[in-house]
Amino acid sequence: MARELWEGNQAIAESAIRAGLEAYFGYPITPQNEILEWLSRRMPELGRPFVQAEAELGAINMVYGAACTGARVMTSSSSPGISLMMEGLSYIAGTEIPMVLVNVMRGGPGLGNIAPSQADYNQICKGGGHGDYHPIVLAPASVQEAVDLMPVAFDLAEKYRTIACVLLDGSIGQMMEPIELPAMRELKRTPFPWATTGAKDRKRRILTSIYLEPLDEEKTNLRLLNRWKDVQANELRNKEYYLDDAEIVVIGFGTAGRIALSAVRTARAQGIKVGLFRPVTVAPYPYQRVAELASKAKVLLVVEMNSGQMLEDVRLAVNGHTPIEFYGRLGGVVPFPDEILGEIQRVSKVTPKVVDDPAAVWLKSMNASTK
Amino acid sequence: MASLAIPENLVYERPESFTDAPTHYCPGCTHGVAHRLVAEVLDEMNLTERTIGVAPVGCAVFAYNYFATDFVEAPHGRAPAMATGIKRVQPNSIVFTYQGDGDLASIGMGEIVHATARGENITVIFINNANYGMTGGQMAPTTLPGMKTTSSPNGRDVELQGYPIRMAEMLATLDGAGYIVRRSLHDPKNIRLAKKAIRIAFEVQNRGLGFSLVELLSTCPSNWDISPVESLKFVEERMIPYYPLGDYKVSPAIASMKVG
Repeated sequence: MARELWEGNQAIAESAIRAGLEAYFGYPITPQNEILEWLSRRMPELGRPFVQAEAELGAINMVYGAACTGARVMTSSSSPGISLMMEGLSYIAGTEIPMVLVNVMRGGPGLGNIAPSQADYNQICKGGGHGDYHPIVLAPASVQEAVDLMPVAFDLAEKYRTIACVLLDGSIGQMMEPIELPAMRELKRTPFPWATTGAKDRKRRILTSIYLEPLDEEKTNLRLLNRWKDVQANELRNKEYYLDDAEIVVIGFGTAGRIALSAVRTARAQGIKVGLFRPVTVAPYPYQRVAELASKAKVLLVVEMNSGQMLEDVRLAVNGHTPIEFYGRLGGVVPFPDEILGEIQRVSKVTPKVVDDPAAVWLKSMNASTK
Repeated sequence: MASLAIPENLVYERPESFTDAPTHYCPGCTHGVAHRLVAEVLDEMNLTERTIGVAPVGCAVFAYNYFATDFVEAPHGRAPAMATGIKRVQPNSIVFTYQGDGDLASIGMGEIVHATARGENITVIFINNANYGMTGGQMAPTTLPGMKTTSSPNGRDVELQGYPIRMAEMLATLDGAGYIVRRSLHDPKNIRLAKKAIRIAFEVQNRGLGFSLVELLSTCPSNWDISPVESLKFVEERMIPYYPLGDYKVSPAIASMKVG
């Protein structure tokens, strides 16, 4: 198939359709409206359900109901809307049914703004709703990668009976890039042995997240945890650039990782031995690979569009063995490649030390520069 | 020799749409009656295998234990949204929610109003017993003026706590509503009328005629702190005057429908 110029949000929506999206339920919020709008036209065209719900609460619970039948379903939203969906996400996790969530982050907290941000990393990667559970979180850095991850998200969600989230920000959602879309898959519902489809010629089924007896709830929690261990063991995805001889390893996901790659290329041209590690699965996090890279590097430079949320995972992986530096922009500010290049150049010139809190060093310089 | 055995005349049995699980409801509560009416209707219409129920949060949270159909359990108030999701991907299934007044008229107000407005082809059984039963008898949106509850210990003061909400009347104003009625479970005659309404509601869904809701005035002797008999009297004398029984919306296609 020929490469075509597509907007990120629309391409994500079309990719979901081609991955066998059977129904979509959503609510408008910027900067992901084009997903909802695209599907409002395409789904009826294909005879598939599309409902614009009264709120994110309604949307996620429509997804919950439809997912109980084993249908491939998804919703999409942005930061304040995702917060509203947390109730339903927790129930879906507790009921152990698959769904896909597209989470197009924007600046926060509160109403914040509609600019690209990565400030909801902790919210989605660490569970978000109440209770002990982990969604799978995939973070693309381009429209093509987002398109490629949509079928992966559906497959993983069904394989592990879990929530799979494609986590991006408004810049990837709204930029236009040449992409190749996947072929249209046949729309075919898997007859899962747990799906509530009507008890015809079989025993009736109940889907619920309630386990009144704590020992039963503990068993459920352990089942979720063991499933998560399988995900951790089998489903890690990363992108690595110029890491063979890298003394400085830049780590960033999504848009921050993409911008860092430009900076890394320029720094390489200047003779700096720097590479980029870009986790694609941010949950589960590739702790082991980060630890391996850290063991060979002089210093790690973590770059994020938040105050250092993934930094915590890097610190956990490195466990104080390698110095870590941090650079972040907040509130919807997107760093320029030159800013990250400056950080790479700075780091290349100093003898890095292991410090207690890399983000504190960054905060000091941020405070000084914004005075 | 002539047989002495009296021919069996079966007048009452457990509906096939019921499981054999004993219910957890308090003595004198009308949830059991409402459950039974739904189960009888599912039996009569031969819908058990096609039905997916949506349980609420509230006293009926365990409704899934009692019906012999597939069942899901919704977050508090969200049953109409879950039912929407199920029905949209399985239009040939029969999907019903069973919700109390705290669930439907308070936290779930958005979901029920919009499911009605969309004309979702689902059936809602709405139990109005004027309080939050499961959590111990707090004030509900349906609690009558002056009625004492654990969170309105001096009686509901409408100046401070507002007025009760008449859901059937309110939802009937929406163009998406197909069949919206209020019935009561306080005596055998009214129970029979309630059953007929539930039958019509499921017929409406089965024939694809739109959104149907049956509000059932119900008792809560435990939290009202009166006997089951006094509770039935309370429904008749106190609740019905505030919540008049009747048909609030019967769309023309449904009015001409023959049931039986």
